[in-house]
Amino acid sequence: MAYRDEKLSEEKVFKDPVHRYVHVRDRVIWDLIGTAEFQRLRRIKQLGTSYLTFHGAEHSRFNHSLGVYEIVRRIIENFKDRPNWDDEERLLCLSAALLHDLGHGPFSHSFEKVFKLDHEDFTQAILLGDTEVNQVLRRVEEGFPEKVADVINKTYSNKLVVSLISSQIDADRMDYLQRDAYFTGVSYGHFDMERILRVMRPMEDQVVVKESGMHAVEDYIMSRYQMYWQVYFHPVTRSAEVILTKILHRAKELYESDYTFKLEPVHFLSFFEGKPNLSEYLALDEAVTLYYFQTWMQEEDPVLSDLCHRFVNRKLFKYIEFNPNSQMNEWMELYKLFQKAGLNPDYYLVVDSSSDLPYDFYRPGEEGERLPIHLLQPNQELKELSRLSDIVESISGKKRTDHKLYIPLDRLQEMSNRSKTKKRIMEILYG
Amino acid sequence: MLENHAKLMQFFSSTDEVVGRKKLQKMIYILKKCEIPFEERYQFHFYGPYSEELTLRVEEMCNLGFISETKEEKKNYYQYRYKLTDNGKAFLEHYENNMPPLHEHIATMNEKSSRFLELVSTMLFFEHLPKEEVKEKVYTVKSTQNYTDEDLENGWEFIEKLRTIH
Repeated sequence: MAYRDEKLSEEKVFKDPVHRYVHVRDRVIWDLIGTAEFQRLRRIKQLGTSYLTFHGAEHSRFNHSLGVYEIVRRIIENFKDRPNWDDEERLLCLSAALLHDLGHGPFSHSFEKVFKLDHEDFTQAILLGDTEVNQVLRRVEEGFPEKVADVINKTYSNKLVVSLISSQIDADRMDYLQRDAYFTGVSYGHFDMERILRVMRPMEDQVVVKESGMHAVEDYIMSRYQMYWQVYFHPVTRSAEVILTKILHRAKELYESDYTFKLEPVHFLSFFEGKPNLSEYLALDEAVTLYYFQTWMQEEDPVLSDLCHRFVNRKLFKYIEFNPNSQMNEWMELYKLFQKAGLNPDYYLVVDSSSDLPYDFYRPGEEGERLPIHLLQPNQELKELSRLSDIVESISGKKRTDHKLYIPLDRLQEMSNRSKTKKRIMEILYG
Repeated sequence: MLENHAKLMQFFSSTDEVVGRKKLQKMIYILKKCEIPFEERYQFHFYGPYSEELTLRVEEMCNLGFISETKEEKKNYYQYRYKLTDNGKAFLEHYENNMPPLHEHIATMNEKSSRFLELVSTMLFFEHLPKEEVKEKVYTVKSTQNYTDEDLENGWEFIEKLRTIH
């Protein structure tokens, strides 16, 4: 029997708190799960620094990847024998679902920002490079790794396949919303996925939802909206993210100025130099990163040591609302006052904007900038979701953005009450 | 603070207005590919390269009053116009302009349709491949747009022209 059709003698199941069970019958999928690159995802947290706000949020990209695979497996079960669905694409879909996050690094968001990397490039490199994952995929057929890479890159010819893994209502989002809600313990993020899966229909170039399923989809959109503000963009998580970003900036800056670290940061050198190769990238997971943060707490450099101490011991920055338009002059004054107070404003006076964490809201794509969710009407016509749903229309019309100013309030409070600098800083910050 | 916003405002200050969200998305992507240091990250989407970061930053600039957004109803869709406001101009004065001049790039792109810019940005997305493969890719991922060989030729010429502007 060809490798691509090989089945395990007995179905394997992973117990899963969100989907109850993740079912694996294909030999290829089982082998992919066993690769070093996939197992590495156990050491990358799904929600980065959110565990400092929601202590339960310790789940990994490994959990999530299995979840996305399971959802796609169930969708495909429902699609069997339906028009527009080609069952020859089944293994490709399952593989792409499982591997879609393969290139994520430790605390992806901050790392990518500081070191100007893109995890999607590393996903491609793992799929197509000299890796265990590539070996498994290549056994399926020559060109199979490239097909999986194309699906994940959203450049595969069959757009229906792409839309299962990545669209405005895809398996990726359906898993992470529910999983993140479960592990953070919030009551948002729940929606009737079984219902959505039942009413999904394959069309020529996208997955659509029968109009009768509109209310289930509304619930899903509401979940996205609420999870964004309650979990993903929580101001305390943003504070941790700000500190993490500043640690990486500081370490890089010190390296560039020939600072001698007590312990040579060998795992970071290629990142500081801007060119980590694949094996260097894969070697740096969150456990290794946190080990360095622990050692950097003992560094001579007071900024690096303080920032690491803050991250490791959760002594985060405090925040106030900030309007860059009306408060520009105050910002400039604060910048000088912080310098005067001996607090490097490049590290201790930080404006964080909602766009610093790009999490996508539902967008109707009014000008064809991206594909919206389409509802399939009884007359077989397609209509964009917000045209039929008042709830979705009201949410997608809202443009909520915000900016916060993060500061080490503890350091300011430590200053003498007689200090004019302190007095003025406090006046500006708190009125 | 807000350095990436300031770069985008430099872009808006180099033109009277930008008409269309899709056009704006593709213009910034094409400029990035011409080595203009915008930081917004792009992914390939149904209609070619798209940046959620850019969408969010534009929304923020509108909410802050730095850019005005006008929504116009067209036959089957809405169209948006973007312009730098006086507040935006005042904000920009606090920043050193580290961007190369963009007027000519923008004027050249503004003359083109968003359909053409979608083609050009898609070609640029695959430009690490040999030209023949780029063509194949464009025909595969943009099958419904019915681009012709001539469109692609025009696309390559356009890219060359943009890259020679200093």
